[in-house]
Amino acid sequence: MPDHAQQIGQQDSADLSERSDLITAVPLRHPWRMLSAVLLFALVVGFVVDASHRKAYGWATYRQYIFDAGVAKASLVTLQLTFCSMLIAVSLGILLAVMRQSPNPVFRAVAWGHIWVFRGTPVYVQLVFWGLLTTLYPKVMLGIPNVVDIFELPSLTDIPLFWFAVIGLGLNESAYMAEIVRAGLLSVDRGQEEAAKALGMSWSQSMRRIIIPQAMRIIIPPTGNEVISMLKTTSLVIAVPVATELYMRTRELASITFNPIPLLLVASTWYLAYTSVLMIFQHRLEKRFARGHGQARTEVEGLSLSENSGMLS
Amino acid sequence: MNTNTQSLMVDARHVRKSFGSHTVLQDISLEVKRGEVLCLVGPSGSGKSTFLRCINHLEVIDAGRLFVDGQLIGYREHDNKLHELKPQESAAQRRDIGMVFQKFNLFPHMTALENVIEAPIRVKKLSRDAAIIRGRELLDRVGLADKENSYPAHLSGGQQQRVAIARALAMEPKLMLFDEPTSALDPELVGEVLDVMRELATSGMTMIVVTHEMGFAREVADSLAFMDFGVVVERGNPIEVLNNPQQARTQAFLAKVL
Ligand SMILES: Nc1ncnc2c1ncn2[C@@H]1O[C@H](COP(=O)(O)OP(=O)(O)OP(=O)(O)O)[C@@H](O)[C@H]1O
Ligand SMILES: [Mg+2]
Repeated sequence: MPDHAQQIGQQDSADLSERSDLITAVPLRHPWRMLSAVLLFALVVGFVVDASHRKAYGWATYRQYIFDAGVAKASLVTLQLTFCSMLIAVSLGILLAVMRQSPNPVFRAVAWGHIWVFRGTPVYVQLVFWGLLTTLYPKVMLGIPNVVDIFELPSLTDIPLFWFAVIGLGLNESAYMAEIVRAGLLSVDRGQEEAAKALGMSWSQSMRRIIIPQAMRIIIPPTGNEVISMLKTTSLVIAVPVATELYMRTRELASITFNPIPLLLVASTWYLAYTSVLMIFQHRLEKRFARGHGQARTEVEGLSLSENSGMLS
Repeated sequence: MNTNTQSLMVDARHVRKSFGSHTVLQDISLEVKRGEVLCLVGPSGSGKSTFLRCINHLEVIDAGRLFVDGQLIGYREHDNKLHELKPQESAAQRRDIGMVFQKFNLFPHMTALENVIEAPIRVKKLSRDAAIIRGRELLDRVGLADKENSYPAHLSGGQQQRVAIARALAMEPKLMLFDEPTSALDPELVGEVLDVMRELATSGMTMIVVTHEMGFAREVADSLAFMDFGVVVERGNPIEVLNNPQQARTQAFLAKVL
């Protein structure tokens, strides 16, 4: 190969090898990429043109409801559910993951049990139970049952069901977040904890200052994934029942118009729009953490990686 | 506590340590005086790292006693019984013992200066300003005054190890443990780290150095101990041990290394 290249160089211009100009090479061509892109594009155009003429999609109804105030408001409820439950999930997830690494066996057992239960049963069933909580426990008190009452909590029935949905989604998700955070913590070299210990730092100091900040780089990408997943899981809160979020709202409209398909498309459009925004947000966050890491190579790798994933998705 | 213990920085008496059924330290008795520089040599797997980690209570010993500066490591002796220490008591003991690792173990998300000031601020509760002044002095001492804002990934191995030494010194330890501090370095970077350690030895720091650098041992160490299969086989003046080893195992090892 080098010989061949040299020959070409010599043939084309003998003095090229003597000069140190910027290289202007003929770029490599990728005919198969072009062909597949053209084919795919044609397929998509065909599908869109066909779909726009199909009666069953009910585009008139779609246009009527896509910017409907009720739908927009319901989508905000979906966002609130996502945000609040992820807040619980992330904080509890970090706590659980740290507890699982703790030298205290009681903490480890509690964390293990929590993950076991909340990851091992369907989220829909859990949501039904949260809805039934006020029936199961009409009043909550501390003491010995039927003997002494020390303290009684105000009735749970005053709390809006929305918050039961948030707790249900958050606790379920916390089990998955705990595993994500744990993977992040385990990715940090053991020597880091050792070095922190040798400097006289306590376990919690080394967690907060040394281990968790380094684990963040590993934790953030899958967490973004979980947020997007949660956005869609909120459509299950009818189990509680909470019916004010996006999916149930469009279902109600569908039962009024007797035309479910355009309203499913309306819901999908809103979900897709929010997911896209979340993806941009995640991309920015990943970039920021790659930069903060302070390693030139990782920075470049991190950048190109997230750019790739941005292009792919 | 007898008078002997008072003049000793490290006093290990019949220390034993096993991992499962594998006894790594059989019976280690070793004394290190204040200001002494001890080089610890021996074949791979002989238990050198494990012994250093025991001194710092990163490992718990199974038998014997280990004193650092007259203080029993890892336990409190009370009514003829040993009581385990609370985590914060162990941490307090480690504070006075600096440790330098083969793989540096700098905190990669912090700059050189942040690495050095972290423990003084969090553990010693020094003010940030005071810690920075002291941290800059230490970076200057190891020849890295101009690198305070560099992240570890942007430093060479030798520079990283010098930051690690500065980081350990920032806690003002009375004893420094070095576990093969130059083994992970390219040959041309070994010298700069040994120079820093030589300067530290001259300043009177008590040091235990696990190393394969026999030149350093010969020149800087006050004594040299040869370990094999979890026992100290031979101990003495480094030049005498290196030139004229008494034990067959020492002779065999040195024949391979020198
Ligand atoms: N945490 C551990 N669990 C189980 N075995 C261990 C552990 N740490 C060390 N060992 C074993 O103890 C033995 C001695 O290890 P140690 O690291 O102390 O040797 P060393 O003299 O430092 O060797 P080297 O020159 O390779 O660093 C080895 O056989 C090692 O496998
Ligand atoms: Mg070792």
